[in-house]
Amino acid sequence: MADWEVVIGLEIHAQLATRSKIFSGAATAYGASPNSQASLVDLAYPGVLPVLNAEAVRMAVKFGLAIGATVAERSVFARKNYFYPDLPKGYQISQYEHPVVQRGTLAIVLDDGTVKTVGITRAHLEEDAGKSLHEGIANASGIDLNRAGTPLLEIVSEPDLRSAKEAVAYMKKVHTLVRYLEICDGNMQEGSFRCDANVSVRPRGQTQFGTRAEIKNLNSFRFVEKAIQYEVARQIELIESGGKVVQETRLYDSDKHETRSMRSKEEANDYRYFPDPDLLPLEIDAGFIAAVRATLPELPDEKAARFAAEFGLSPYDAGVLSSSRELGAYFEAVVAAVGAVNAKLAANWVMGELSSALNRDGVEIGAAKVTPTALAGLLARILDHTISGKIAKEVFEALWIEGGDADAIIAAKGLKQITDSGEIEAIIESVIAANPKQLADYRSGNDKLFRFFVGQVMKETQGKANPAQLNDLLKQKLG
Amino acid sequence: MLHDLSIGALADLLSDRQISSVELTRHFLSRIERHNPSLNALITATGEQALLEAAAADLRLQRGERGPLLGIPLIHKDIFCTDGVRTSCGSRMLDNFVAPYDATVVERLRAAGGVMLGKANMDEFAMGSSNETSYYGPVKNPWDTSKVPGGSSGGSAAATAARLAPYATGTDTGGSIRQPAALTGVTGIKPTYGRVSRYGIIAFASSLDQAGVFARSAADAATVLQAMAGFDSRDSTSVDVPVPDYRAALEQPLKGLKIGLLAEFFAGLEARNVALIEAALAVYRSLGAETVDVSLPHLPLSVPTYYVVAPAECSSNLSRYDGVRFGYRCDSPKDLMDLYKRSRGEGFGAEVKRRIMTGTYVLSAGYFDAYYLKAQKARQLITDEFRAAFTRVDLLLGPTTPTPAFALGAKIDDPITMYLNDIYTIGANLAGLPGLSMPCGSIDGLPMGLQLIGPHFAEARVLNAAHQYQRATDWHLQAPSGYA
Repeated sequence: MADWEVVIGLEIHAQLATRSKIFSGAATAYGASPNSQASLVDLAYPGVLPVLNAEAVRMAVKFGLAIGATVAERSVFARKNYFYPDLPKGYQISQYEHPVVQRGTLAIVLDDGTVKTVGITRAHLEEDAGKSLHEGIANASGIDLNRAGTPLLEIVSEPDLRSAKEAVAYMKKVHTLVRYLEICDGNMQEGSFRCDANVSVRPRGQTQFGTRAEIKNLNSFRFVEKAIQYEVARQIELIESGGKVVQETRLYDSDKHETRSMRSKEEANDYRYFPDPDLLPLEIDAGFIAAVRATLPELPDEKAARFAAEFGLSPYDAGVLSSSRELGAYFEAVVAAVGAVNAKLAANWVMGELSSALNRDGVEIGAAKVTPTALAGLLARILDHTISGKIAKEVFEALWIEGGDADAIIAAKGLKQITDSGEIEAIIESVIAANPKQLADYRSGNDKLFRFFVGQVMKETQGKANPAQLNDLLKQKLG
Repeated sequence: MLHDLSIGALADLLSDRQISSVELTRHFLSRIERHNPSLNALITATGEQALLEAAAADLRLQRGERGPLLGIPLIHKDIFCTDGVRTSCGSRMLDNFVAPYDATVVERLRAAGGVMLGKANMDEFAMGSSNETSYYGPVKNPWDTSKVPGGSSGGSAAATAARLAPYATGTDTGGSIRQPAALTGVTGIKPTYGRVSRYGIIAFASSLDQAGVFARSAADAATVLQAMAGFDSRDSTSVDVPVPDYRAALEQPLKGLKIGLLAEFFAGLEARNVALIEAALAVYRSLGAETVDVSLPHLPLSVPTYYVVAPAECSSNLSRYDGVRFGYRCDSPKDLMDLYKRSRGEGFGAEVKRRIMTGTYVLSAGYFDAYYLKAQKARQLITDEFRAAFTRVDLLLGPTTPTPAFALGAKIDDPITMYLNDIYTIGANLAGLPGLSMPCGSIDGLPMGLQLIGPHFAEARVLNAAHQYQRATDWHLQAPSGYA
């Protein structure tokens, strides 16, 4: 069997978080009743004209600067012509030959820890189409044009990705970035962030690309991974059994986990692109770029590097903690309260208990009842040995459900650690007295029974005995 | 008679309360009632609404408000969207379309106190040079009803010539104001591309379409253009250049004005047409102007260039007429493709279909470079040559059309011959320049037009030169018999 190399390029569609549409004043809010957010421009009434939303341009430039790309001084809107009921004008306004963002890069961290630079060919502005509704209306289809004219940034990567995992890592990185920049809400269920994947395979060592298939409209990281995996296996199997991959557009069926042919290259539309005569070329000067640059936040990679340097975190931890602005800010607030020397402890708790609780309950970090101050309060009690790490997890759960602060919960539940040697000694003695057989076995050489006595004491104290003290005292008493 | 008076004279009468706007409106409505059946210049007459608008104008006048267009009736080409009034664009496709908003031009003239008498007939989607492609039938030329009035703004031109309104709006994509103005003996101006907002004008070819005015004199046209022109944030191609006082510029003397004579305009021009131009030049020389010979070697490419660019844009602009949201929808479509094919097949006329097909072809993969891209290059060359010419001359002068109005039906089955009617007008559209046509004599009893073309945003100079000519001559005062 030949050794195959997988080649993937992604076209990510990020819906820009402008309040109004890219060429009209209609609102872009999600979930409004059908056609309540469609203006005459969105409905393509005779005589109306598009006017470009400056905010969409600002957002595209922001993205371009964040990926170190060239922001074109002059870019051109073009018409992509095709007939479809959810495309009211009969053409989509997009950018074709001259996109606003050209040639950038984004670094991703692979599983083995190496950093890979992915090329971004271009990012261009375009308008979204409306939606066809095929259910709930007898013998007819409905058209909802609320989404028509919503601004999109289409981010096109080079064919630099070599596995489904790399593709997902890249898509997640772009997702992180657009949310950092506050240019896209990243909501994949609502379709605000989705992608098409161009997938091909070639024998390892061959320089020429294989024939690619384009998988349309993938709206979750899991679907991207599954769809690419399926498609790669399909192509390899096809070639190895003597067949040929044809250039085509395929759809991913998330129920059956397979891709299906939608249309071949021969059936593809001739879009008859030409510059839109209703819109002048978009000219962006250095002043505009400088003004946008001044609004750039600390970017994910910059934040990760700073976390690693300032707090001595591993690249992995730094990467996780900088994966969203909110998470990074939360972590930094905790560190500010417990001190940089305890950053590793803070990192462990934010990435451990907090993140799993957030995931488990589907809660946004901003809505968590455990505030950074509350978590810092909890960590302080670990650091001053008021409670053990194990008890701390119990306190955390209480904070997660009820809110409030750690000290109150520790006091109310009597969870304060027992650090009085006399008290611990007394309990040890009663445990030894109650278990003469185990004592005899231990003394005759069964070392494993040490854990039995620890367990018994912890049971008596409901886990509150200071573990280190217990260890020392028990050793003395057992002799 | 009232209908022979200039806009300025009518405004004075209204201002002095010697007549009311309602009286004036009734006068023109009765002329429409009398003459429109034979001319077919209007698709829709809006008499009732006009009388309400006139009454409102009278109220404004009573309160002491004054304005050069306040209370003066007009006719809009049926390509301008008018709130609550059918806007058909001369097509079956939009026969049932009532616009839910006013075009910027309509809004501005309404604000100025204009009283809309109706919507003028036109070639379907402004595609035609004879007004014979209209779904509502051809317009007749008031000088000879067996002749065409020109197109596409044929209804506006015929209505102005027949004195059915003091002025009318039009649009000019490849000569659609200047050519019918010439063929009906009125003054028509197409301003610089970007001077007047395109918002609310049903698009034909977006990079060429421009709104303008038909009137009976350059002075009247100046008054109307003053109200129409200016930047509009709703049209991204409208240009934010201040609008000068066109009327104030009318009286400037022409001494020293350099008039360029385009060699390409005179090559092969019929002798009688040459004689009319020579006579006009004699007038200009007597006013102190000088003439300079200039040449635009690429100008002969105008017609083929235009018939690539305009169809390309129209093929895309007219895609929105799909039977889904407004306009004509075929009966009981079987499926989506059937809905598209029959709605468009039945809703559009032959010339519109011809241009959609031509435009689709020139934009297609494999043909784009040879046609569309090459046409854009030719357009740039023509534009550059005009610019270069205007470093040497102030205005260009020549004929508007090769011949006077031709017979109805004479060219409708021969599109190439029809297209050549616009040979002298298309250059100004490709270069985005202001152009004006005014009457300068007649051939075989039919009026002929003299064309002036100016540099970008030089409407004031074009109107000034036309006005000075009209002060020295009386061609523009002649009315077709039966309409005086």
